[in-house]
Amino acid sequence: MALLQISEPGQTTHPHKYRLAVGIDLGTTNSLVAAVCNGEAKVLLDEEGRSLLPSVVRFRENGDTQIGYPALAEVVNDPMNTISSAKRMIGRKTSDIKTLRDHLPYQFDDESANVPRIITVDGPRSAIEVSAEILTVLKKRAEYVLDGELDGVVITVPAYFDDAQRQATKDAARLAGMNVMRLLNEPTAAAVAYGLDEGSEGVYAIYDLGGGTFDISILRLNKGVFEVLATAGNSALGGDDMDRLIAEWILDEIDHAELSTDNQFLRQVMVVARAAKEALTDNDSTVIKLCLPEGATQDISLNRSSMNDIIAPVIDKTLLPCRRCLRDAGLDKADIDGIVMVGGSTRVCSVKEKVEAFFQRKLYTGVDPEQVVAIGAAVQADILIGNHTTGDMLLLDVIPLSLGIEIMGGMVEKIIPRNATIPVTRAQEFTTYKDGQTAMSIHVLQGERERVSDCRSLARFELRGIPPMVAGSGRVKVSFQVDADGLLSVSATEATTGTETRVDVKPSYGLTDAEVEQMLRDSIVHASDDIQARQLAERRVDADRAISALESALAVDGDAYLNESEHSALLECMKSLQRVKDKGDVDKIKQAINTLNELSGPFATRRMNASIREAMAGHNINEFSE
Amino acid sequence: MAISLTENAGDHVRNFIKKRGGAAGLRLAVKTSGCSGLAYVLEFVDKIEESDEVFESAGVNIIVDKKSLIYLDGTELDYKRDGLNEGFEFNNPNVKDACGCGESFTV
Repeated sequence: MALLQISEPGQTTHPHKYRLAVGIDLGTTNSLVAAVCNGEAKVLLDEEGRSLLPSVVRFRENGDTQIGYPALAEVVNDPMNTISSAKRMIGRKTSDIKTLRDHLPYQFDDESANVPRIITVDGPRSAIEVSAEILTVLKKRAEYVLDGELDGVVITVPAYFDDAQRQATKDAARLAGMNVMRLLNEPTAAAVAYGLDEGSEGVYAIYDLGGGTFDISILRLNKGVFEVLATAGNSALGGDDMDRLIAEWILDEIDHAELSTDNQFLRQVMVVARAAKEALTDNDSTVIKLCLPEGATQDISLNRSSMNDIIAPVIDKTLLPCRRCLRDAGLDKADIDGIVMVGGSTRVCSVKEKVEAFFQRKLYTGVDPEQVVAIGAAVQADILIGNHTTGDMLLLDVIPLSLGIEIMGGMVEKIIPRNATIPVTRAQEFTTYKDGQTAMSIHVLQGERERVSDCRSLARFELRGIPPMVAGSGRVKVSFQVDADGLLSVSATEATTGTETRVDVKPSYGLTDAEVEQMLRDSIVHASDDIQARQLAERRVDADRAISALESALAVDGDAYLNESEHSALLECMKSLQRVKDKGDVDKIKQAINTLNELSGPFATRRMNASIREAMAGHNINEFSE
Repeated sequence: MAISLTENAGDHVRNFIKKRGGAAGLRLAVKTSGCSGLAYVLEFVDKIEESDEVFESAGVNIIVDKKSLIYLDGTELDYKRDGLNEGFEFNNPNVKDACGCGESFTV
C-alpha cells in the first residue's frame, strides 16, 4: 500500500505519472542498465534474464548490426568488424589512440581525422557511434521492462575521464535519443548504491577491480555531500591478468613446452584458468580438466592458497595506486571509514583479504560488485528526475588535472588547481603587457607543469577590443567554469569596456589515465627544474618589459630630457641587459634590470616632473587640494 | 457510516495544517486514473463546496464530495512509517483489488 501525502487543493499528482529514469553503467567490457522500481534500485534484465550486455558491436554488410552476446560470439571470427573496446577509444584523437591501435585489429580511416573512424563492411564507424548502438539496446531494454519512454538517464564514466571523453559520451547518448541528466563518476555511483550518502559524514575508498582496469578513489562525505578527494589507478590491470598468471602456472604444470605456441590450446587454458579462479571463490580446491591434443586428458588440482600465491602479484600491484591515492588525498589509512568493493574481480577471496589487511577497515561487499555502479546511477537518476520530494542529493566530483592559461614567457598560470571539486568557477585578472595593446590571446592549458610546452593545450582564443592603454593598465578578467559534468568553459572580460569573449572547451583530444599519471609524476620529478625555468622566464619578461618601456620613453622624450652621454649610457645599459637576458642566468638578469632601473631613474624623474608641471600649468594649487 | 482518522493520523493532519498556516479541513476523494481504475486524492481544503459532506474526526474536518463518498464510506485514514517512507494510508473497506504499488484500486 502506497503511503500518500497531503497536497495543495487541485494539485494531487496522478498515480503512475512516475517519470522514468534509468542509470547506465557504460563499461569497457560489459554495460548495464538499472532503475528504481517501487523504491528499490534493480538492474534490468534482458529477455533471457541476463543483466550484463557485452559492450561489443558487430557491423555487417547487410546493415544488420549485432550488439551484445551475438557480437561477442563473433569476435574471433570477424575481428575487423566486431568492435569491443569503444570506451578506450571514445573522445580520443587518432594520434592519441596510436598506442592502443597496436593491440587493436581494426583498420582506421584517414589519419588526420579528428575523430578516428574504424572501417567496417558497413562503412566507417566512430567510437561514439559504437557506444550509441550499445546505449540504444539498453534504452530499448529499459523501455520494454518499465513500459514507457525514458524521461532521463544518468551515465557513469571513470573519474579520470577528461572533457573530451565526457563530451563524447554525452554525444553518444544523444545519438541514442537519450536525455542525459548527468554524467556521474563511477566511484561516486558505487558509494551512492551503498547508501553511504544517507550518513552524515565519512571518508570512503572505492576499490574497483574489473576485467582489465583498476581504479581507486577516495570520497569524502560531509553533511550529505560527496566530494572526490583523489583518484588513482592502472588502466591495464585486472582479472584478466589473474587468469593469465593461472594459465601460465597450468602450462608449467603440464610440462608440454611445444603446446605453449598452440593458439587453440592456449585459448582453452585461459578458459579453464578463469573457471578455476571462479570455482575457488566458493570452494577450497578445484580440479582443472585439460584436453591435450591427440585425445589425451590431464587433471590438475589447485587449492585456494596456491592460487592466492599465483595471483598475488596482480593484487599487490593494486596496492601501489592505493598508497598514492591516500597520499594525494593527504590522508592516512586510519582516516578511511570503509572500502566499497566494485568490479567482478573483487569476488576473489584473496583480493578482499589483502585489501582488508592493507586498509584495516571494513569492506562493503553486500551489493553485487558488477551491478553496484549501475544501481548507484539509477538511484541518482531517480532523484534528478524529481521522483523524490525530499531533499536533493548533491554529488561533488573533482577535476583530474589543473587548468590554467599561458602567461608571458611560455609559463602556465593555474586558475583551477587539480582535485578542485566541481562544479567550480574561478577567475583571475591579467594586465596588458605592452603599451597600446588592443588584443589578448588566451591559451587554455591542462596539466601540472610550469611550462606551456609540458602541458596539454585545450583551446586558444582571442579577446579583441581592449582600448589602447599604457602597459599594465588594461585589465582582463579570465574566468574558468567547470560544470557538474566536468565540462569547461572559459570567458575573458575587459574591465573598462566590458568586452567579452568566451569559448566552450571541447578539446580536440583527451588524455589517457596513464598520461594523466605520467604528467603528475613528471610534475613532481621536475618540480625544481620547473621552478627555475619559471623564475628565468619571469625575469626575462621583466627585462623585456623594462626595455620596452624605456625604448618607448626614449623615443618620445629622450632628446628633451637627456644629454647625449646620458642617452648613450642608457642605450648601452639596455643592450647589456639584452645580452644577459639571452644567456639565462636568473640572478644576473635581476642585477642588470636593477642597474638599468637605477640609471634610468633620473630620466624618469625628469619626465614625471615635466608632466606634472604641464598638468599644473595655468592652474592654482588650490584647485588640486579640493 | 462515516469517514474517520486514527489518533496518529489526526495528530499529523493538525500538525500539517498548522505548518501550512490553516485550512478548512482535509479533502478525501477518488478520481479515475491509474492502472486499476481509481486513485485517492488527499488535499487541504480552503473552501467547502455545497456538494461536500463534512465529518469530524480526531479534531479534524474531513471533507468528502458526495460522489467520492460512495467509494470511500467506512474508510479510516491512518499515518504510517515504513522504512524511510512515511505518509497516509487509506483503510478502505470498499476496495476489492489494488494495483501492485497501491496507488490505485478498484471497488
